[in-house]
Amino acid sequence: MTSKKAIWWLLYLLGTLLLAGYLGYQLVAEPLKEDFLIGETSHGHYQIELSCGACHVEPFGGTEILQNACLDCHQEELKTSMDSHPKTKFTDPRNADLVSILDARYCVTCHVEHNPDVMHPMGVSLQTDYCVQCHQDIAEERPSHEGMAFDSCASAGCHNYHDNTALYENFLLKHKEDTNPAKRAQPKTMLADFFEYMPQKWEKIEAVAAYSNKLAKEHHSDQIHGDWSQSKHAQQGVACETCHVNEESAWVEKPSYEVCSSCHTEESKGFLSGKHGMRLAQGLSPLRPGDARLPMTDTSHDLELQCSSCHNAHSTDTRHAAVEACLGCHADEHSLAFEQSPHGELWEKSVNGELPPEEAVSCASCHLPRIEKEIAGQKFIRVEHNQNATLRPNEKMIRSSCMNCHSLAFSIDALADPLLINNNFSHAPSHHIESIDMAVEREIEANAKKGGND
Amino acid sequence: MKQTKMKLFAATAIASTLFLNGCSEESAPKGIAPQVFTDSVFAVMKADRTNYTKLIVQRLGPNKGDFIKPDEHWEDLDNGAPLPAQMFRFGAEGVAEMTSDFTYSLQSIWPINSQNAPKTPMEKEGLQYVVDNPGKNFYGEETLGGKTYYTAVYADVAVSPACTTCHNDHKDSPKTDFKIGDVMGGVVVRVPL
Repeated sequence: MTSKKAIWWLLYLLGTLLLAGYLGYQLVAEPLKEDFLIGETSHGHYQIELSCGACHVEPFGGTEILQNACLDCHQEELKTSMDSHPKTKFTDPRNADLVSILDARYCVTCHVEHNPDVMHPMGVSLQTDYCVQCHQDIAEERPSHEGMAFDSCASAGCHNYHDNTALYENFLLKHKEDTNPAKRAQPKTMLADFFEYMPQKWEKIEAVAAYSNKLAKEHHSDQIHGDWSQSKHAQQGVACETCHVNEESAWVEKPSYEVCSSCHTEESKGFLSGKHGMRLAQGLSPLRPGDARLPMTDTSHDLELQCSSCHNAHSTDTRHAAVEACLGCHADEHSLAFEQSPHGELWEKSVNGELPPEEAVSCASCHLPRIEKEIAGQKFIRVEHNQNATLRPNEKMIRSSCMNCHSLAFSIDALADPLLINNNFSHAPSHHIESIDMAVEREIEANAKKGGND
Repeated sequence: MKQTKMKLFAATAIASTLFLNGCSEESAPKGIAPQVFTDSVFAVMKADRTNYTKLIVQRLGPNKGDFIKPDEHWEDLDNGAPLPAQMFRFGAEGVAEMTSDFTYSLQSIWPINSQNAPKTPMEKEGLQYVVDNPGKNFYGEETLGGKTYYTAVYADVAVSPACTTCHNDHKDSPKTDFKIGDVMGGVVVRVPL
């Protein structure tokens, strides 16, 4: 072997070893594995896509392993939505023929990640007319559906694959005559309720003694002290040291969401389930608006999302979190149109004291709705802090938000109008969705038939 | 010659032992016979269903206490309670979440929801059989998705006016003249063999 050849071999060997070392280290030791990403993921997962183990919980293992990972995050959501296509429907051997066409036992049959070329808006990677696979005979059962395109079933505002809680026939009929209610108001959360479902976990510190902690004194600020003393935290004896002094008696300048969650457990659970908190839930660094795919304001790019990003840390006035905080980052068409929209005008009135807060509409009214939630057998009105829980498909918002102020018919029409969503509902819906009319027509036909039989 | 005989004898003995052992294993299978199993689980289902209907729905529903409102869309009513047939289905779904060792469903030739119509040839045969032969159950074997199942069908009889009225009045019901005592459908229990 010539020495030149030997040098080439040596370089080759060295290169291979370096590459193997680099990739091996990333694979085993690094939390983010960017060189292993086989393709971009959808809007729902890109925040955590470099943390392979979030979904691929074991290096080896088939669909079941992946399925469990899906359910770890989405199971509760499927339950709340009264899933119209639950897995149990397809594990029944009588539906083996349907499973052979479309294996609906597994999420990944319809939601295949890492392939942006085939990804549709709801994170669906099938052809958009997927309903045809099992429901090709629908017009026989529902003659009114004759000639309707199969890619319109789940995109026109009539049906969803999972969540039809605001779209099922009897619900349509129940609300067929609703008009927009005269009294429009959001449900109200009560502080007393919060204490019911959140067992008291902090040691109350009397207002006089609240500022006695030595560390707290060292970090005094007139502004912060002023804000705090007006807050509900002050009223409840939650003082500086409750959040800022850790178990090792050290000062924590910026307490993380974990400190908040020790009391605001339910709220944190929601936050961690949505896009704002899902990185934290996976043990990754907080989400930065600069990494978002939606347009964000230039000034927000380097912020890191924690509870205190939206909630003023020391004043507990949630009005800031309901609009200003959102618009501090979000700069898409819909967000930018809010202030000039009818909803935004109501908000302005409320800020000026002309309307009670529950009669105004903020970003949070729709995206962090006040919903009835059952905790330990009791029902409470609380804020859903997973702002994605009702976002897609948007008909999920009908019952949680829209119907507090609008009729079902109006809500269905408005949410099915993309232009209207972009301009933040600045005018009446331009299309009419016929779901309620069709349900009414069928009811009339059935009554006529029954009358004939009698 | 003697050696050959001995060899032949030994070979026959071994073969017979194997054969007999094989036979004995086949003739006395361990465990519960599929029919005993399906009959037993059906007994539990029927008892629970009757109890729910009589002890909850009839006592607490509009006919007596009027504390609860049994309704198809019970989730949307503060005092709503699932109908007995729905309660039965929730049981089937709950079981399906826990095991795939057996499945069951409530079906009918005259279903309100067309998805609950018999679908496989055996379901169609069994559902018709229990309608035509009151008091008798139907048993058979069928292959679905490449697996063989023992399938049993039990008649589902109208026991209360609530069953017949609701079905007769429902706009999606294909049959509107059910009477008490009629076979309205059947419970299909399936065990993989």
